[in-house]
Amino acid sequence: MELAIQTKGLTKIYGSGNTEVVAMKDASMDVAVGEVIALLGPSGSGKSTFLTAVGLINPPTSGQVMIGGQLVLDGAVAKTRLRTFRRKHIGFVFQKSNLIPFLSAVENVMVLLELDGYTSRAARKRAMELLDYLGVADRASNLPSMLSGGQQQRVAVARAIANHPNVILADEPTAALDSHRGRQVMELFAKVAHEQGAGVIVVTHDHRALDIFDRIYEMEDGHMTEQQDAGVIAGS
Amino acid sequence: MNLAAKDIRHNPGRFALTAIGVGMLLMIVMGMGGIYRGIIDDAVLLIDSVDADLWIVQRDTRGPMAEVSRVPRNLVHRALAVPGVESSREFVHHTIQRERNDQPLRIAVLGLSWPTDKGEWIPLVAGRPIAQNHYEMIADKSLGLALGEQLPLGKDIYTVVGLTQNMIGTGGDGVAFFTVADAQAVQFDTPGEAIRLEREARVARGAESETGTLQPLLLERAALPGSELPPLGPPQISAVVVKVLPGADVHEVAETISAWGDVSVFTHKQQQDLVLRGPVEKARKQIGLFRVLLTVIAAIIMALILYTLTLDKIQSIALLKLIGAPNRVILGMILQQAMLLGVFGYGIAWLLGQRLFPLFPRRVIITNQDLVQLAFAVAVISLLASLLGIWKAMQVTPNQALD
Repeated sequence: MELAIQTKGLTKIYGSGNTEVVAMKDASMDVAVGEVIALLGPSGSGKSTFLTAVGLINPPTSGQVMIGGQLVLDGAVAKTRLRTFRRKHIGFVFQKSNLIPFLSAVENVMVLLELDGYTSRAARKRAMELLDYLGVADRASNLPSMLSGGQQQRVAVARAIANHPNVILADEPTAALDSHRGRQVMELFAKVAHEQGAGVIVVTHDHRALDIFDRIYEMEDGHMTEQQDAGVIAGS
Repeated sequence: MNLAAKDIRHNPGRFALTAIGVGMLLMIVMGMGGIYRGIIDDAVLLIDSVDADLWIVQRDTRGPMAEVSRVPRNLVHRALAVPGVESSREFVHHTIQRERNDQPLRIAVLGLSWPTDKGEWIPLVAGRPIAQNHYEMIADKSLGLALGEQLPLGKDIYTVVGLTQNMIGTGGDGVAFFTVADAQAVQFDTPGEAIRLEREARVARGAESETGTLQPLLLERAALPGSELPPLGPPQISAVVVKVLPGADVHEVAETISAWGDVSVFTHKQQQDLVLRGPVEKARKQIGLFRVLLTVIAAIIMALILYTLTLDKIQSIALLKLIGAPNRVILGMILQQAMLLGVFGYGIAWLLGQRLFPLFPRRVIITNQDLVQLAFAVAVISLLASLLGIWKAMQVTPNQALD
């Protein structure tokens, strides 16, 4: 089985001595290519810490992160240029759409593509295709402030998948969406994972769309466990 | 994609206002440079216009442009007798202040050596040179006098027959040309009562002296007008200006004249240097220092503006870092904005200056060299000013995109 993401014993400790807080303890996860993983857990359980560690934003105190079979983080030590690696291999979607406010919808997608070497014309073409695919092509020239929450989130999804990343990390991407739109976004992640061969991890509280995921992990007090009976959780 | 331009486009009003503010600041920097240049130009303008090879002035003075200088009128004839001298003429220069329409009117009075000098060399923009020995004047436009206007000065009325432009004295006052006789009449105008009192005083002094007692006729003559008293010479002039013959050695002529015990002599260049190192020096230094201060203040203000603009974009910068934008993209955005701000500010400064500088009371001369220098300075200021914003941007972590 080809792995898109592999984490081994990720631990994140903030502070030291009396003020030491263990945010994540020995979190390990394998995500196969084309697999969609849900990560559940209450607030403060360490989900976002795990996601930012895998996303190479907030390195762990110890443990390893491998992406596409390549060791990228060994503890806090970067084994490659993280920013470049993020650009080429990881797509992010967050609870807030996190669009650049002074760029239009299409430019928000284009900026990533141009950073990745696309010409302006090619980047615009690809961005428009994605916006069309996500149903927001008619708002391509609008600034984020002129888009609804759902539209902003779809533009963020378009940016996350624009350069065919190996990994898509989404942190509560449907929090600002109604259930219909939320499910659409989840289905989109599944579709992208299957069609592009990306590994997808979605942190979510939304139990209504759990049937879409291939596997479900849960975190509590920094500890990660895989739920063996995803169907039960989805049903609940 | 040019992120700097996109950010500006997103909020053009803010950028425009900022650019106008920076522009006005740069306009003042530009203006101070122009005033500095204007003072230097004004200081030597008269010396250049008179176009004399040599200036003969009172011994141990620095000439009429720098201080009071008094030489006898017959010095003109002595100078003319020196081998190598082509022509010599009287030079009278002083500044007066009168009231006109309830406003102060300051005039740099310059005497023309009538009839040899009628002011044909003066660059007129309207009217004609002086055509008679009395009651005509050529005025600079900055004095606000119109062609044909009559101006009472002392006991006489003078008609403006010609107009010049930008003929300014070393003190920044507009120059008015009169004949030497009229210039002195204006300078030594004394009220009738003062003349009568002086005559009475003269008689009283005579009566108390032994000479007056022994020769009573002298007392009678003491009460006559000064012009009828042979021992009282005519009013002195400020200097004598000399042109040497073509091919004659200026320094040789100067050496001959400087051997006389009652005068000092300066070449054209020396006279220029004396003015620049004398009355103009302090103003020049003051404006120069003020200009440097303004440039530093402009740099600090620009730095603060760019820092604030960067603070406004912290989230976007964090997001750019998150999606993998290299530092050069982020630095480029801040630097380009700084440069655009500098370019627009500079353009606004130039445009505003074109409209406002002519309204200044003193000449503001902006040379191409000064414009290029300021452009270079603005580029450096923009670069330095962006450093604070760049430093802030470098402190931003991708994590901040998630806040």
